Amino acid sequence: MKKIARSELNALFAAIAEQKQLFIPADNTAGQAEFILWKDGVALTEKLNTTRSAKDLFFPQVENLVNFKVSDKKMEIIENRDPAAPFVVFGVRACDCRSFDILDSVFLSEPVDTFYKARRENGIIVTLGCTKPAETCFCGAFGIDAANPAGDVTCWLDGETLYWKSNTDKGKALTAALSVLTDCDENAVVAIQENTRKILEKLPLNNLDLSGFESDKLMELFNNPAWTELSESCLGCGTCTFVCPTCQCYDVQDFDNGREVRRFRCWDSCMYSDFTMMAHGTNRPTQKERFRQRFMHKLVYYPSNNNGVFGCVGCGRCLQKCPIHMNIVKVAKKLKEVAK
Amino acid sequence: MQQRVKEKALELLRNGTVDRVIGWKTGEFFYDLTPAVFETAEEIEKDFVFSGFSGANLSKYAIAQSRAAGKTAIFLKPCDSYSFQQLLKEHRILRENIYIVGIACEGMLDMEKIRAAGCEGVVSVKENGEELIVETLYGDRTLSRKDCLLERCAVCKSKKVVIFDEMLGEQGDEQETARFDRVAELEAMTPEERFAFWRGELSRCIRCNACRNVCPACSCEKCVFDNDKSGVRNKAAADPFEENLFHIIRAFHVAGRCTDCGECSRVCPQNIPLHLLNRKFIKDINELYGTYQAGADMETKSPLTDFTTDDCEPSIVHERGGVK
Repeated sequence: MKKIARSELNALFAAIAEQKQLFIPADNTAGQAEFILWKDGVALTEKLNTTRSAKDLFFPQVENLVNFKVSDKKMEIIENRDPAAPFVVFGVRACDCRSFDILDSVFLSEPVDTFYKARRENGIIVTLGCTKPAETCFCGAFGIDAANPAGDVTCWLDGETLYWKSNTDKGKALTAALSVLTDCDENAVVAIQENTRKILEKLPLNNLDLSGFESDKLMELFNNPAWTELSESCLGCGTCTFVCPTCQCYDVQDFDNGREVRRFRCWDSCMYSDFTMMAHGTNRPTQKERFRQRFMHKLVYYPSNNNGVFGCVGCGRCLQKCPIHMNIVKVAKKLKEVAK
Repeated sequence: MQQRVKEKALELLRNGTVDRVIGWKTGEFFYDLTPAVFETAEEIEKDFVFSGFSGANLSKYAIAQSRAAGKTAIFLKPCDSYSFQQLLKEHRILRENIYIVGIACEGMLDMEKIRAAGCEGVVSVKENGEELIVETLYGDRTLSRKDCLLERCAVCKSKKVVIFDEMLGEQGDEQETARFDRVAELEAMTPEERFAFWRGELSRCIRCNACRNVCPACSCEKCVFDNDKSGVRNKAAADPFEENLFHIIRAFHVAGRCTDCGECSRVCPQNIPLHLLNRKFIKDINELYGTYQAGADMETKSPLTDFTTDDCEPSIVHERGGVK
């Protein structure tokens, strides 16, 4: 394990940025934290987490796929994917780090998504243990330990010191290039972890019971009468899907300027009326079906296909950001209550 | 007042005045209330809440609920009542099927502001006159209530419930408000500064459409931007400037109909001050056509859908410093 004084964080960031592009969670002009490209003067946020998740760096909202240019009777196909520059993302929380297991299972299984894969290979994830979890946090319900996140490198921060432990070959290679770090004892972070775990125990949702969503109950859950009431006031906006670290649906669209077509993909939301539109129209005609799709996917469909692993990591962003405060916790509790 | 609102909901349902009630439903915490339709007294007793966190404007839900069988009660705070009346003026709500209870309002609280004041892991918020006692996992804090109000409440334009069948609490009046101060600051910028300001703010847009979907003035059954046959469907923009245009087009579309209820900015997950675009239109309308408040009454014609010989000429743009 390595360490550096908290007052020297800027020197650490500068040393990383000399090697690769560095993104850190910093406050933006709206007073919210987001992953910002580090340059001298960008300071680590005091906030628990970013409004948008670390997913955005690996699966951006809009991404070029290919260009087509037609002249006379010829059509030219022009490669226009963004060059994948090596980067480090610092300060990823345990919940967001787990989301990459879920995204990987989707994008890296055959056929492999080469756009996502390039960013995963080029990106180094440096996580940061939580010290002040919020009331909306429930990563514990998914077996995630906020005091001991995974990642290529794991860091812990207290009042004076940042502790740094590399976990993977990528993490070790990065660590070797950072002479600003000095050696220290592994036990240094035990107190930080114990303190965090004491708070985690007090969180109201950390022990959320997620039994009862097994695949043999799929049809029963699908037909649960509670969906009508749960979806009743849903606005049909995409906030929950877009701040979610595990939502991975996208649409492919063409931008035709009359001379050239730019084919790009962009995030899609199952909450939208034209989601998975087919020739015959949509098979989810009202907000009830769209709403049900989102939560069935996270709680039932994804776990059924992935050894019971839920498609949620308990980051709590949807709890904070849904305009009408409807969210996966309320849905899970209500479905269980009605199923009884 | 919190108890009176709940008792009124129970009374209206029990005495048969209405068949259902649109209100706010309790959540996991004290602040995460959800707009909901209550059909039984038991549901109301168990889950109905009116509190400082009942900020959500319920008026848009009346479009659908006024078409349900029987009669529906709705609770409207003063600013919500402007939205409701504007929808009524646009023939979007069937008035005869709605029973309106107006609620006197002291301003609604903004959980984002409480968090931004450094309160993490909030367990409870108690209102004690002008103070908020915030209990958190990391100790108690005392904040000033007025610093934690929703933006629209901090510059409240009116305490008057403009349409109701019954009123809870004192009816209020329109108020002197500082709501145009920020718009005036933007107007005082050079065009380059203003362009940079809006490019910066709108660059954070993630196109979740929450602003549009919550907006009472955006009540089209199918938005042109959602229609895959329109040719302008715009799920995410190919070009970041398109994103900016979405908001500008939306502001034009609701101009003269926007009541300044502030829901767009309340729900924006990226904290974009969208209400400033709408307020610019309201300020211009006031200055060019005389003071006009959308939703204030059922009779006055909107200046943008009416013509008088005194109307300003297009050349006003140049007189006000626009580029020729």
